[in-house]
Amino acid sequence: MGRELLAGWGRTAPTAADVCRPASDADAVAALAGAPARGAVARGLGRSYGDAAQNAGGTVISTARLEGLTWVDEAAGVVRAAGGASLAGVMALLSPHGRALCVVPGTRHVTVGGAVAADVHGKNHPADGSFARHVVELTLATPGGLRHLTPAGNPDLFWATAGGMGLTGVVVDATLSTMAVETEAVRVVSRRAGDLDEVMAAMDAEAGRHRYAVAWLDGLAKGRATGRGVVGWGDHAGAGDLPPAWQAEPSRRSVAVPPWLAGLRVPGPAVAALNQVRYHRSRAADTTTVEPLDRFLFPLDAVDGWNRLYGPAGFVQYQFVVPFAAGDVVRTALERLRDAGCPPFLAVLKRMGAADPGPLSFPMPGWTLALDFPTATAGLAGVLDALDEVVAGAGGRVYLAKDARLRPELVGAMYPAVDRWREVQRDVDPAGVLTSDLGRRLGLVRPRAGAG
Amino acid sequence: MNDAHGSPQTVVVFGGSSEIALAVLSRLAARRTRTVVLAGRNPAALEAAAGALREAGVTSVEAVVFEALETDGHAALVDDIFDRHGDVDLVLMAFGELGDQATLEDNPPAAARLARVNYVASVSIGLAVAARLRAQGHGNLVALSSVAAERPRRSNFVYGSSKAGMDAFFRGLGDALRGSGARVVVVRPGFVRTRMTAGMAEAPFATTPEAVADGVVRALETGAETVWVPPRLRWVMTVLRHLPAPLFRKLGDG
Ligand SMILES: Cc1cc2nc3c(=O)[nH]c(=O)nc-3n(C[C@H](O)[C@H](O)[C@H](O)COP(=O)(O)OP(=O)(O)OC[C@H]3O[C@@H](n4cnc5c(N)ncnc54)[C@H](O)[C@@H]3O)c2cc1C
Ligand SMILES: NC(=O)c1ccc[n+]([C@@H]2O[C@H](COP(=O)([O-])OP(=O)(O)OC[C@H]3O[C@@H](n4cnc5c(N)ncnc54)[C@H](OP(=O)(O)O)[C@@H]3O)[C@@H](O)[C@H]2O)c1
Repeated sequence: MGRELLAGWGRTAPTAADVCRPASDADAVAALAGAPARGAVARGLGRSYGDAAQNAGGTVISTARLEGLTWVDEAAGVVRAAGGASLAGVMALLSPHGRALCVVPGTRHVTVGGAVAADVHGKNHPADGSFARHVVELTLATPGGLRHLTPAGNPDLFWATAGGMGLTGVVVDATLSTMAVETEAVRVVSRRAGDLDEVMAAMDAEAGRHRYAVAWLDGLAKGRATGRGVVGWGDHAGAGDLPPAWQAEPSRRSVAVPPWLAGLRVPGPAVAALNQVRYHRSRAADTTTVEPLDRFLFPLDAVDGWNRLYGPAGFVQYQFVVPFAAGDVVRTALERLRDAGCPPFLAVLKRMGAADPGPLSFPMPGWTLALDFPTATAGLAGVLDALDEVVAGAGGRVYLAKDARLRPELVGAMYPAVDRWREVQRDVDPAGVLTSDLGRRLGLVRPRAGAG
Repeated sequence: MNDAHGSPQTVVVFGGSSEIALAVLSRLAARRTRTVVLAGRNPAALEAAAGALREAGVTSVEAVVFEALETDGHAALVDDIFDRHGDVDLVLMAFGELGDQATLEDNPPAAARLARVNYVASVSIGLAVAARLRAQGHGNLVALSSVAAERPRRSNFVYGSSKAGMDAFFRGLGDALRGSGARVVVVRPGFVRTRMTAGMAEAPFATTPEAVADGVVRALETGAETVWVPPRLRWVMTVLRHLPAPLFRKLGDG
């Protein structure tokens, strides 16, 4: 076990912790039992953007060695994956059997434990809900030992763990139900829309007709073009949808950001130009294509280490969801950011459906907007603080898996059931072993006395 | 904890009645700072500062006794503060004494005392703080140095040399803390209009405590290791540093 400097995907606020890598469920329990005064938290592949998988001055339990995959019921497509297994690995096991994961985030480089802890959602949230909906059973290492949890048998702890950001224990394995797919391809319909109203109207009109839907917005567009973008809808392709020349191509190799480029910061005008090209390359009329599943689901995975392009100060992602009735908050956000001189480099809009019961689970019915900014953008901290108020006032919330900056005072307004979550958390961890930088910053958990 | 923008929740100030420190704290209170410890030697001044901070939204303000000259007690003082407050996200080193050069030249004991306040106490507090930041795995230490640290001048070299010592110390400490999660920011203001400089003739590029505060907050956001206030002093001093001595003497004290 040694001290390592750890940061999230956004590379902001790095802190140092003693990292251990248990190789078994029992080791994971032992790591919790032997945690120092500053406690312990799990870490998967570090794809959360902020400080959720960090624990300054304490222990970080890396799940890198908890990787096993086994079929529970091959015919029914039920698989058990260790907490440190990556979704990429699970998908590779499933695909030869004509199966796929029901819910995946925008990158396949996350662990099963991380997907549970953030209760991640995909581009199909209205159709399929979030990750925990497809978890049949969990094994959780807690300070008191191993617990086997099912949604029906242990609803309180199960749903406190789904979305609980690692603060109820270490997920050492999860049993997942999967879906049958005929091909490894997606039939994609895309169309560009000239402003935000047009984007949202198109997504509303097509709601329920496709499994996947996502809009990319040109965050640097100004004036009447504010919020213009390209909307894409997707459905798993049947064998008959594939063009004659189609081959189930092996998943595309990714390219890495070369080290010399990683030190530089990509300047705003270059991003604006790329956005322009992306927008104008798309057509105003419906365009139908067939794409490999992974390229459609994980476009950003094509470039390894793209997060380094934001330079040493890193970047912040701000993702919120507001009820459909408060959809105007999406416009307010884009306009305020533009007026403050803080346009997002990347902006992604999705619709969400019914919420899971997890008190800290992010999704709820409504619009979710995710925005990326270089951290050091002057004035950004203040505008985001102001947007938090707007979002909370509209009955919405920000996503903790992306968060690196929320004001703790707003957690209760955004997650009204947080006190119920705290009760369950204290029951499973009465001594206050489980803690993280995020947990301390937002006051989700109370650090142990003398844990300075 | 510090957030992505380097905004601290808990701040400890050594030199808790410093005008520059209070300007920094009022900026930080508008963001995330809710707990402040003011360490200083003048209880009345600290209480006045505490009142202003409470009004600015800081929910917990504590004053503790700190005398820079009593270096033997510094480690215990630092440990006590950290033990009682858990995470300390930012430590601001704001104590210092300017002195009057002419008077100090005639009074070697007083000059040595000033050097002990500005330099020696920075070492004893700085090392004790660094040990705690290293243990907690995070935290920023902001040290108020001065442009006077950059090149000794005839008119204030007793103060300047003491600041040069503390400046060098904190830069080295920053290097020592690399990889520990803790970070050091060295701030070099020019002439700042505070009680320290009250009644003195203003130097070029004179500035305000608020401008220093903005520079500090920005450095916490960007991760800068040295800050000049105003920023163009960096370039001015780069030139001055390389001037031949006779010319520098003429400019500096003409
Ligand atoms: C390019 C990109 C796109 C993304 N798109 C989406 C998206 O579309 N939808 C979405 O929901 N999210 C998305 N995310 C966020 C990502 O899915 C989540 O942050 C996820 O939690 C990351 O998993 P990880 O294994 O990297 O976990 P880490 O980042 O290492 O940890 C995240 C949290 O999970 C906890 N944790 C990790 N492993 C365990 C375990 N075994 N047991 C208990 N707790 C654990 C940690 O303590 C921490 O709180 C995206 C991230 C990136 C980088
Ligand atoms: N003002 C400028 O032009 C300028 C320029 C560059 C750098 N600086 C530096 O910035 C820092 C803050 O200065 P300021 O302008 O804010 O002046 P200030 O208001 O006079 O602050 C100086 C602080 O140092 C404290 N102090 C002095 N001697 C001490 C001792 N022996 N023990 C404990 N505390 C002691 C003072 O406490 P009391 O209230 O008890 O006296 C006061 O809190 C200083 O380090 C200074 O050198 C100032």
